[in-house]
Amino acid sequence: MKHWQGVFVPLNELHAGAVAGIVDRVVARYRRDPTCIVQILREVQEACDWIPPEAIDRMQATLGVPRTKIEGVAGFYSFFYTRPRGRYRVLFSDNITDRMLGSKALMDRLCNNLWIERGKVSEDGLVSVGQTACTGMCDQGPALLVNNYAVAGLTAARIDEIAELIRTKVPLAEWPAEYFRIEDNIRRADILLATDLKAGDAIKAAVARAPGEEQTASNMRSWREGLPAGLSGPIAMLDEIRRANLRGRGGAGFTTALKWDACRNAQLKAGQQRVVVCNADEGEPGTFKDRVLLARYADLVFEGMTVAAYAVGARRGFLYLRGEYRYLLDHLNAVLAHRRREKLLGSDILGIPVADFDIEIHVGAGAYVCGEESALIESLEGKRGTPRNRPPFPVTNGYLDQPTIVNNVETFAAAALIALNGGDWYAGIGTRHSAGTKILSVSGDCERPGLYEYPFGVSVRQVLADCGARDTQAVQVSGPSGICVAPAEFDRTIGFEDIPTAGAFTVFDNSRDMFEVARNYVHFFQHESCGFCTPCRVGTSLLRNLMDKLHNGHGSPYDFAEIQKLNQLLQSMSHCGLGHTACNPVLDTIAKFRPAYDRRMEHDDFSPAFDLDRALAPARQMTGRDDAAAHIIAGNSGEGA
Amino acid sequence: MNQTFTIDGRTIPFAEGQTIIQAATLAGVFIPHLCYHPDFKPHGSCKLCTVKVNGRHTAACTMRASAGMVVESDTEEINGERRALTQMLFVEGNHFCPSCEVSGNCQLQATAYHLGMMSPHYDHFFPNRAVDASHPEFLLDFNRCILCSLCVRASRDVDGKNVFALSGRGIATHLIVNAKSGQLGDTDFTPADKAAQVCPVGVILRKRRGFAVPIGERTYDRKSIGETVEIRRESPA
Repeated sequence: MKHWQGVFVPLNELHAGAVAGIVDRVVARYRRDPTCIVQILREVQEACDWIPPEAIDRMQATLGVPRTKIEGVAGFYSFFYTRPRGRYRVLFSDNITDRMLGSKALMDRLCNNLWIERGKVSEDGLVSVGQTACTGMCDQGPALLVNNYAVAGLTAARIDEIAELIRTKVPLAEWPAEYFRIEDNIRRADILLATDLKAGDAIKAAVARAPGEEQTASNMRSWREGLPAGLSGPIAMLDEIRRANLRGRGGAGFTTALKWDACRNAQLKAGQQRVVVCNADEGEPGTFKDRVLLARYADLVFEGMTVAAYAVGARRGFLYLRGEYRYLLDHLNAVLAHRRREKLLGSDILGIPVADFDIEIHVGAGAYVCGEESALIESLEGKRGTPRNRPPFPVTNGYLDQPTIVNNVETFAAAALIALNGGDWYAGIGTRHSAGTKILSVSGDCERPGLYEYPFGVSVRQVLADCGARDTQAVQVSGPSGICVAPAEFDRTIGFEDIPTAGAFTVFDNSRDMFEVARNYVHFFQHESCGFCTPCRVGTSLLRNLMDKLHNGHGSPYDFAEIQKLNQLLQSMSHCGLGHTACNPVLDTIAKFRPAYDRRMEHDDFSPAFDLDRALAPARQMTGRDDAAAHIIAGNSGEGA
Repeated sequence: MNQTFTIDGRTIPFAEGQTIIQAATLAGVFIPHLCYHPDFKPHGSCKLCTVKVNGRHTAACTMRASAGMVVESDTEEINGERRALTQMLFVEGNHFCPSCEVSGNCQLQATAYHLGMMSPHYDHFFPNRAVDASHPEFLLDFNRCILCSLCVRASRDVDGKNVFALSGRGIATHLIVNAKSGQLGDTDFTPADKAAQVCPVGVILRKRRGFAVPIGERTYDRKSIGETVEIRRESPA
C-alpha cells in the first residue's frame, strides 16, 4: 500500500507546534483557499488522526475564517472527529445487506477481541469501533472502513487478524494489500461496462461534429466563453445529447440536455465561469455502480465531463468523491495527470486555442445529504452540506454563484459514448422514454451479486433470474428512497415509465423480516438528516422512535396512524428529498408486507414506548447483574436493539 | 405595487422581488414564522411559514411573490401541519414555560397558543444541554434553542463578528460560540450586538434583568402573536 506516506504520531505526542506544521503544509497545498476547508480538514485528520483544537487555531489564523465556521463544518460530517477517536478508527458498514451477511456478529467479535465497547475509544487511545452508513460494498460485504479505507469480504478469521494487527500497532500501510482489494463483480455488461473507448476519442468526435443549419442559428443566440468565436461544435454536441434523450442517472431523471442548455445560456457576471460537477457521492444504500465506473472506467467518466465542459463552455470541473471511496483518490488523480499529459485536460485541449478545462477531486466526509446537488455544491465550497433554498437552481447560481451543472457519474459516462456514437444511436437503445442502458447494483439474497447493465425496460423478474435469486420476497429498487417491489409486481420494468432508479437493486428472500429492513432504512435517514429543517430533523427521529417502539413490542394501531401522519408532514413540509422520502420504506412495507407489522401489534390500544425494565438496562450493565431479581418482570430480558 | 396575488382569497399587492411573507406582512396578513425576521436574509429552516402556492407546499419566507399566485395559509390543514412542527420543536428541546423568564415574550410559546397547541403530543426527547453562564452580562440557555440561526445571521451579517454558528448534524445540530473554550465569556459578544436582541425564544438572556416586566403584562400576554404582524419583542437590552 502506498497511500500512507505520513508517519503515525501518537496523538498525545502531537504538540501544538507539530500540529501547526501539519496545518501549514496542508493549507499551503490548498492555496490558503477557505473554500477548501473540507479537504483541509480531511488531510489534517489523516495526518493527526483527529482534528485537535490546535489545528483549528492554526486554520483560523492561516485561512482567515472564524473558528465557528471551521467547527461548524467539522461538526457536520460523520468522518471528522474533533475529539480523539484512536489511531485505528474502525467503522462497520451498517447497510441491511451487511447485516444480512452477519456484520453485527463480526463487529461484536472485534469489540470483544479488542476489549472495547462499541462507539467508545479504548482506554489507551488506540482504537475505536463504530458503525457507518452503507459504504458501497454491498456485493462483497460485510465491509468496514479503517481510517476511511475500505475493507470488504469480512470473515471471522479476517476480523481476528485485524484485531491482532491493531493490538500490535502495525501501521495501516503495512497491512496486507489483499485486505484492501475491492472486486468489480461486473456480471452483465452492455454499452458502458463493455466499452473499449480510447481516451480522447469522444472529445475528438465531439469537436469534429459538423453543425447543421439550424444548429448554427441556435449557436448565434448564446455566447460562450473559453472557446473561439464561431466554433459550432459545442451546439452540435448539445444537440446529440438532446437527440439521445439522455436523462440523469442519479435517480431524478432530469433531461440532461435541458440542464446543459440552461447552464450554457446562463448569464455570467464579471469574473465568473461555468462549472461542471460530477456527483460521485454515491450514498444511497445498496448502490455501488459509480465505484466500479470510477475504478475501471475513470477515463470514460472524465471524458464525459470534458465533453460536457465543451458543450456548455465550462473551464472548471470537480469530481465530488464520497469519503467512503477515499481509496480511489490516488488512482483517479493518476488518471487525471495522464489526461493532462495527453492534452485531454488543461489548456488548449487537443490543441484547440482557449479550450481550457481541468478537473479537481473533492473528497466528501460521510454525509449522504451531499448527494443532493445544492448540498454537494455547499460542501464543495467548504461549508456544511445543507441543501440550498431553490430557486435559483445550480444551472444559473451554483458553485460560488456560477452557472453549474451537476450530473451523476453514469450520466457523464453515457455522454462520452453519445459524443462518440451520436444521439440517434443512443436513443435506439432502451425504451421510448428511457433511452440507453442502466447499471444496476445487485446485492442481497442472490447467488451472483454485482453490476448488471441492461437496456432500460428490463423486468424485475429478468434481473432476479440473471442474478440467481430464489424464493424472493421483495426487491428494494433505488435504495431506501426508492420503492419496495413485491412478487406480484415482478413483471414491472426498470425505466422512467415504470420504476425509475438510481441503480440499487437489493434482493430479500422469504427468510427476511421486511419490518427490520424498513427499520434499518429509517435509522439510516435519521442518521443522515442534515438537521436544517424542523420536519426532517425532528420527524426522522420521531419515526425512528416509532419503529423502535414496534420492534420493542409496544406497537398498536395508534402507532400506525402516527407513522401515516408523520409521512404526510415530512412530504409536505421538508426542505429536500431526504425528508420527502424518509417514510417511503415504511409506507411501502406496510402496504405490501403487512403481516411483518401485524406481528408487532401486541396491543389493541395505545401503549407507551417507555419500558421500565428496559430503562434499567444500563443499571444492570453497570452492576454486572442480569438475574431475575434485577428485572421488573421476571424472565423479561429482551434488551432490544 | 400594482401587481397582486391572493392569500386565502384576500388580494395582496406586492413589489417585484418581495417574498410572500414580506408582502403579506405589509398587507397586515400574519403568517406564523420563527426563523424569519424582516431584518435578515430569509433562512427557510423552521418551515412554520409554509403555505400552499397553487396547491404546492412552499416556505413563504423564501418564495418570491408573483402576479396571480393563489396562496392558502390560514387553513385547517396547514395550521394542523404548523402545529405539528411546533410540537416537534417543543419536544426536541427542553421548554418549561412556567419557569422561563421569556414566557409571554417568547415567539415559540406565542405561536403554540396561536395555533391552538394543547399538548406536546410527541414523547419528549429530554436532551442533555448545558447552560453557559461564563459571560458577565449574558446567560446562554441552550435548552430552549430552536436552531432558527437568527443570532448566527445577526452576528455575522450585522455585527460582523461570527459569535454564533451551528455545528453538529441532524438531531445533534447545536449552537456553538466563537471561542476555543466554547464559552461565551471568551468571545467578544456585547450587549450592543444585534445578535443580543434577536433570539425568538429564551436562549440569549441578559443577566440581572429577569422578570423586569411581570408575567401577564408581556408582549403576547397583551396580544396574540397573530395580531402583532410586526413583531417587536420587549427589548431585553
